[in-house]
Amino acid sequence: MSSKTQNGNDCCTPDGPPCANEALTEMLPLYRKAPVDEPCCGPPQGPASSPFEKPGYRLCGFVEGFTNTPAGPVPRIKTRLELGDFLGTIKVRLGINRSQYKVAPGLYSIGDVTPMSPVLVTANYKLTFDMLRKGLDGEHAWVLILDTRGINVWCAAGKKTFSTAEVIHRVKQTRLQEIVSHRRLILPQLSATGVSGKQVKKGCGFKVTWGPIRTRDIKPFLMAGQKADKAMRLVTFSFPERLILVPVELTLLRKYLLWILLAGFILSGIGPGLFSIGPAWNRGLIMIAACAVGIFSGTVAVPLLLSWIPGRAFAIKGAISGLFMGAGMVLVAGKAISFVEAVALILLIVAGSSYLAMNFTGSTPYTSPSGVEKEMRRAIPFQSLAIILSIAAWVGSMFV
Amino acid sequence: MEKFRYLSNVTTLSLDIEACTGCGTCEIVCPHGVFEIEAHKAGIVDRDGCMECGACATNCPEEAIAVNPGVGCAAYIIQTWIKGKAAASCGGADCC
Repeated sequence: MSSKTQNGNDCCTPDGPPCANEALTEMLPLYRKAPVDEPCCGPPQGPASSPFEKPGYRLCGFVEGFTNTPAGPVPRIKTRLELGDFLGTIKVRLGINRSQYKVAPGLYSIGDVTPMSPVLVTANYKLTFDMLRKGLDGEHAWVLILDTRGINVWCAAGKKTFSTAEVIHRVKQTRLQEIVSHRRLILPQLSATGVSGKQVKKGCGFKVTWGPIRTRDIKPFLMAGQKADKAMRLVTFSFPERLILVPVELTLLRKYLLWILLAGFILSGIGPGLFSIGPAWNRGLIMIAACAVGIFSGTVAVPLLLSWIPGRAFAIKGAISGLFMGAGMVLVAGKAISFVEAVALILLIVAGSSYLAMNFTGSTPYTSPSGVEKEMRRAIPFQSLAIILSIAAWVGSMFV
Repeated sequence: MEKFRYLSNVTTLSLDIEACTGCGTCEIVCPHGVFEIEAHKAGIVDRDGCMECGACATNCPEEAIAVNPGVGCAAYIIQTWIKGKAAASCGGADCC
């Protein structure tokens, strides 16, 4: 079923007529070797166009060929990631164009697929796609990509773009029943939030098998006759898994930067003479530094030290971490600040850290909405009060 | 996940043991090992491990499980307070 013919067909001579490719596909009916590759002048010219190129389309870097199927050619994708993939990963981890990092939904193939090969379904977030094809290195499988708007499996299932309807639609749209002889789909377990296996069967005749959570477990899962053991079924939140979230958490705060700077300088300059530039600058820098400490505490320290900081509520964890960091900052500042100013800074750091830590609940895989709402109702009044007291003390310190 | 524990006694999860046929789907789809099948019936063995993702309820063929599903995300909940549940959006460039 697979046709691996690529460039380099010997029957074509540079001057001869175009000749049919041995494995005729709809994508490349005719293939002709490029004319003389030696340039008459200037630097050597670039390579000839790939026979898989098509006017109006761009060939994705991860496509290595096409597999012929009764429903047309299906791209065969690489299972080794390349430099461009790694650079793309680094960019999205830094929060750059994260919502646009996606691949086209539809059917792909890996290795030498047959109508009996398993079908794995996943999201069209490029990061997810990359991890899946890497996890399938050496396997022969079909990969059905859903349109989850470039969102990962679990979040998309929560938002219902990785849904029962989307699975059924994509199975029909790709004419999967003409391509494979079996009627089984392997879905990632975490998509169960958005997909009803029973309804998928009813809607398109394919039976859902729940695959493992992590792509690295896919090979053992396939090897064990599509059975996942208990460890494959439970989510984890290890130190590296938390570490990788920190850059995005930080970049999401960019939009507040200007407001922090403005508030810092303005509040610091207010004094008996209405407003003075000197303190606005000197004290402003200290207040902005305190904001940075609070942000570091809430978005870096709490996520990384999550399991070691006491308390279950994230607001509490954030407040504890903020208290230590605030005390640390006040000690470092020493005589540069007064007692009242020290209190103001600690309050600011504790409240900011507590609030930001609470916001990290959205990135964890174990906080329930009922729990988050409960802690928010309790914590937000205290956080607000601490901020008001902090500002009052900071401004007030100029008057005492 | 034993290392991480969130607030106790908050989940809206409930199981109708009469309706359960012990098919085991909930045990398979739950990412926190909340369910276990014993003597052809599902049992909730770790209620406080539940994060209300709704996978079990969505996939229970007997509709024996009920949970008020949602995302445990503070930013989203603030939106529901301000704009109401219908208008609150999870996602966009600035969210998960």
